[in-house]
Amino acid sequence: MRQLKGKIWVFGDDIDTDAIIPARHLNTSVPRELALHCMEDADPTFAEKVGEGDIIVAGSNFGCGSSREHAPIAIKAAKVACVIAESFARIFYRNAINIGLPILECPEAVREAKEGHEVAVDLARGLVSNVTLQRTYNAVAFPEFMQAIIGAGGLIDFVKEGLEEGSRHG
Amino acid sequence: MGMTITEKILAAHAGKDEVRAGELISIPVDMILGNDVTAPLAIQEFERIGVKTVFDPDKIALVPDHFTPNKDIKSAEQVKIMREFAQRHGITNYFEIGRMGIEHCLLPELGLVLPGDVVIGADSHTCTYGALGAFATGVGSTDMAAAMATGEAWFRVPATLRLIYYGKPRPWVSGKDLILHTIGRIGVDGARYMAMEFAGETVAGLSQDSRFTMANMAIEAGAKNGVFIPDAITDEYVKARARRSYKFYTSCADADYADIIEINVSEIEPQVAFPHLPENTRGISDVADVTIDQVVIGSCTNGRMEDLRVAASILAGRQVASHVRLIIFPGTQAIYREALREGLLDIFVAAGAAVSTPTCGPCLGGHMGVLAKGERALATTNRNFVGRMGHPESEVYLSSPAVAAASAIAGRITSPEAIMGKGCLG
Repeated sequence: MRQLKGKIWVFGDDIDTDAIIPARHLNTSVPRELALHCMEDADPTFAEKVGEGDIIVAGSNFGCGSSREHAPIAIKAAKVACVIAESFARIFYRNAINIGLPILECPEAVREAKEGHEVAVDLARGLVSNVTLQRTYNAVAFPEFMQAIIGAGGLIDFVKEGLEEGSRHG
Repeated sequence: MGMTITEKILAAHAGKDEVRAGELISIPVDMILGNDVTAPLAIQEFERIGVKTVFDPDKIALVPDHFTPNKDIKSAEQVKIMREFAQRHGITNYFEIGRMGIEHCLLPELGLVLPGDVVIGADSHTCTYGALGAFATGVGSTDMAAAMATGEAWFRVPATLRLIYYGKPRPWVSGKDLILHTIGRIGVDGARYMAMEFAGETVAGLSQDSRFTMANMAIEAGAKNGVFIPDAITDEYVKARARRSYKFYTSCADADYADIIEINVSEIEPQVAFPHLPENTRGISDVADVTIDQVVIGSCTNGRMEDLRVAASILAGRQVASHVRLIIFPGTQAIYREALREGLLDIFVAAGAAVSTPTCGPCLGGHMGVLAKGERALATTNRNFVGRMGHPESEVYLSSPAVAAASAIAGRITSPEAIMGKGCLG
């Protein structure tokens, strides 16, 4: 997996999926249309100012609420490289892995991060480095099963591999 | 050490004698649900897998309920994708406008989800079916797509938080008040990744409709599922509806719980959740003067007969305050007809309410009651996040149907007692 490095945007606790992508924009599932409204009800100017490869840093329970997969899709389509949070709501966590949006739980890194800091992420080793503060933190590791899904490139490719495997063994 | 009901249902589906919290399993599912927001994405992903048919056309339910009747051209296109997929794959449980309902009211009503089932739905309130003693949980569109192809889904077996309710409910206190109080106590991530098991003498006496309301909002505490131990009340509800066999599971007395919380119901007043999180709850007597522009009664949380009956008992012979828009939407066509037969719809319209066909519309700020900047609503729905029902600078308060109906008359958030005296909710 590649090394990610970018400017961070900081959000608080309990950022819900209605804030990430408000339901008024859910009459489409086209990623580039969703990206235009990414984080709109948490920060209305986010979609304009976010740059490719930037990183979202948030508090606890990020992505709570609705199961809409449009939320991680909007973030990924806005070219955000990664989300680092103290913790994630479970459906968002699952959806992000399924669609291939890198996410990491790293409470220590979140607590010391300030908007505008530069952060580097080594997904393979589960390391978060705050380049501005020159500090490195260990993130919570993914269970092996999820690493297999990530390794396959998301759930659909994982399932495809499984089905092909199954048909080979009759 | 024994197992919880959640562990037992998951173990049975895994073909194992035992599973434990934390274990990862891939198991067959009994029903897969999608709606007009989530299914189109799932269909797109399903087609990427490359299988020609769904695993079982009888075990998929597709319900166009969010932006329907279609609110705009884009929504119409989304529903069309779902409708055509249903036709192409011979999906038995596709429900067209005029025959549909809000998914989480509809599936139990039709006996499509039953005790002992494992159900996944691409909608977070899928946890509602735990009220029947099933394991039911919300997932995303990609999970739905994979399950439509394979018939399976993977889970980490959740630890269980047991909530024991005891004592006699006060007048006008319903399942909605119990779950709002509980979320207020444990917080919006108080049960994150966990099963919430609702137990105790009070819930043993609780109606099936109130149980649906409580299980429905387990997600608002971050839970993976909410579950009740099925009993005679459950059986009464499912026996007339089921068209296949079902099984009652129960938790062992020595089951391993992550935590046990006891709640004295006799101390709970009707609850109101203040903006912008469901955990911001207060007893009604701690609500100061909050004037409201709109009241919404309905949704997958509170759109069932018990909810409409209690609202009608308060609205009968009274008028909605002149500055308030009251919108009532029954959960399904069957509930709509029953409310019609019982004269409830006439009471609502006579009181000055708008009565809608079943839709999720207003709850998520989709249509049929979107709020303008600065407006304030009281709703029997499940979320009061920023912008949930419309403009990001509007506000949503959450309550039971009784508080909502009383408040619609008063024009500000009010206790049912203030309108009705100390009358008791059934």
